Amino acid sequence: MYFLKRTLFLLPLLLVISFLAFALVRAVPGGPFDRERKPASPEIERNLRAKYHLDQPLWQQYLRYLGGLLHGDFGPSLKYRNHSVGDIIAQGLPVSIALGTAAFCFALGAGIPLGFYTAARRGRWGSYAGSLLAVLAICVPSMVVGPILIMLLAIKLRWFPVALWGSPWHLVLPTLTLGLYFAGRIARLLHAGMLTTLHAEFITTARAKGLGETAVLLKHALPIAVLPVLSYSGPMLADLLTGSFIVENLFQIPGIGVFMVNSSLDRDYTMVVGLVLLYAALLLVLNLLVDFACAALDPRVKYE
Amino acid sequence: MNSHTPSAGAKPPADPSPNQRAWRRFRRNPVAMASSFLLGFLVALILVWPLFSRPPFAPHLPRALTHAPNAVSDAQFQPPGPQYWLGTDVHGRDLLSRVFSGARLSLFVGLVGTAVSLVIGVFWGAIAGYCGGRWDAVMMRFVDVLYSMPSIIFVIVLITSLNAVLAKWQSGPAPLPDATARWLQFTALFGGLGAVSWLTMARIVRGQVLSLRHRAFVDASRVLGAGHFRILWHHVLPNVYGLIIVYLTMTIPSIILYESFLSYLGLGIQPPEASLGSLIASGTEQINSIRIYWWLIVFPGGMLALTLLALNFLGDALRDAWDPRSEN
Repeated sequence: MYFLKRTLFLLPLLLVISFLAFALVRAVPGGPFDRERKPASPEIERNLRAKYHLDQPLWQQYLRYLGGLLHGDFGPSLKYRNHSVGDIIAQGLPVSIALGTAAFCFALGAGIPLGFYTAARRGRWGSYAGSLLAVLAICVPSMVVGPILIMLLAIKLRWFPVALWGSPWHLVLPTLTLGLYFAGRIARLLHAGMLTTLHAEFITTARAKGLGETAVLLKHALPIAVLPVLSYSGPMLADLLTGSFIVENLFQIPGIGVFMVNSSLDRDYTMVVGLVLLYAALLLVLNLLVDFACAALDPRVKYE
Repeated sequence: MNSHTPSAGAKPPADPSPNQRAWRRFRRNPVAMASSFLLGFLVALILVWPLFSRPPFAPHLPRALTHAPNAVSDAQFQPPGPQYWLGTDVHGRDLLSRVFSGARLSLFVGLVGTAVSLVIGVFWGAIAGYCGGRWDAVMMRFVDVLYSMPSIIFVIVLITSLNAVLAKWQSGPAPLPDATARWLQFTALFGGLGAVSWLTMARIVRGQVLSLRHRAFVDASRVLGAGHFRILWHHVLPNVYGLIIVYLTMTIPSIILYESFLSYLGLGIQPPEASLGSLIASGTEQINSIRIYWWLIVFPGGMLALTLLALNFLGDALRDAWDPRSEN
């Protein structure tokens, strides 16, 4: 019942978000045609505005945009003429999704074992070293990790290509750059979750039954301790799948993360609203799925 | 921050308030003390450094900025050595001085941006939590909506529109002096950074205020005739202040990171000023397949990581100290 209500709420929420984004980009001084080759005569500018219906009142433009959305049409890009926003997203999104999924797998694959290890050996040196590693992964931003990886592994040692997109070999450095931060976050979340869970009464019960430490940690503590990681995966996946400006810019990857920044700089109104809607829809749906999964996994989680 | 904790004040020291107990736990935590000292050391170094980057101490400094950036030579890129400890950058400037002044600006931006987010977040969360009911619902749904939009678009929109207004004013009949204009540009940056990072603070404060507003001591002061503002400011908020401090320490690194991202985009600190982010960005521009100028990335990046590391550990230690469950 709760989840049905939340699913029904998705659409009005997206509507509000689309309106906010629509109004917000229009509020910025300057327009999408400011960077045209100068001098653009007033007639040209007026015709351009008329072509894209920018001369109509805001509410009419918004209704027109919503009408287009109903047909799955995100409108034309104001910056890249002859391309619709839908085309650009359809071209860039698969690339960003591929990279994002790889980074997601790396983050889980590195973060969960690290977090588990630091929690299992708590109070010993291995745990402190592992925790320091996780904090370091969080504190060294991708704009530092990326260039260092390029200089060391691509230019100096020539193990990997410096940039561009194509073979699986091209995927390695961007995946590391993008996923490292999230791996650190996941390791810390799991560590904290394990420590909290190990104080729970059902763990004491399991120990009282005479279970070995490994069985207690793996079978009883881990499934519960992984829940915070699960709820963090929703927003994390939304971030990863919509691309990262820094990684795509550093490695010259044709994803949509670059557009997220450039379209707002270019005042490409339709592009901005399209990308905001994409991100918001992804985030809301993923959060819903994650909450659903949490409720299914942990019988103690209850939503009213 | 005021310290009128209900149980502090006149009580004898034998019965410390929760905040006093938290401080005691904090001081006993070696990680907390180590990270505080590291942070203090970094801040002291950053603040004191300008005294030493003068001719008697640094004889090479007047020679900085003598290299034409477009000359066909890489003589301006001196690797780290006895004269330039961290090497020199694209204009032949001493990187050590650049890194310290960049760190100073990054920390400053982090502090001011955090203060902006603190004011908005606490205000919003306290009012939503205190009013409750319909106001609470509306205000928190607004936060939810903002949460589900990519923050980078907000920041860009805010900063570019403020800068556009400024540029228009400057080209008008009464332009401001350059120094004032630069400060206004900074202000736009602070505002933009603070305006996107108050959401979590608002949620945390709202949750706490909501749970506190029907406690007996609040009812007591209401019965005594205290106004809403007095109840909120003197009785409810002091009890949230531990959590606010904890969360503030965690906001500073995220704002510093965000600023370095904006500087990477060219929207943050403008040259000739530098932040750690813009230093790293100008280091990435120099990546080429012939010569590796690693020091341009490693040193600013290392300084950034060290600062964030200290702040992160400090935040963790503060959280542990204020978490009632960690009492042993």
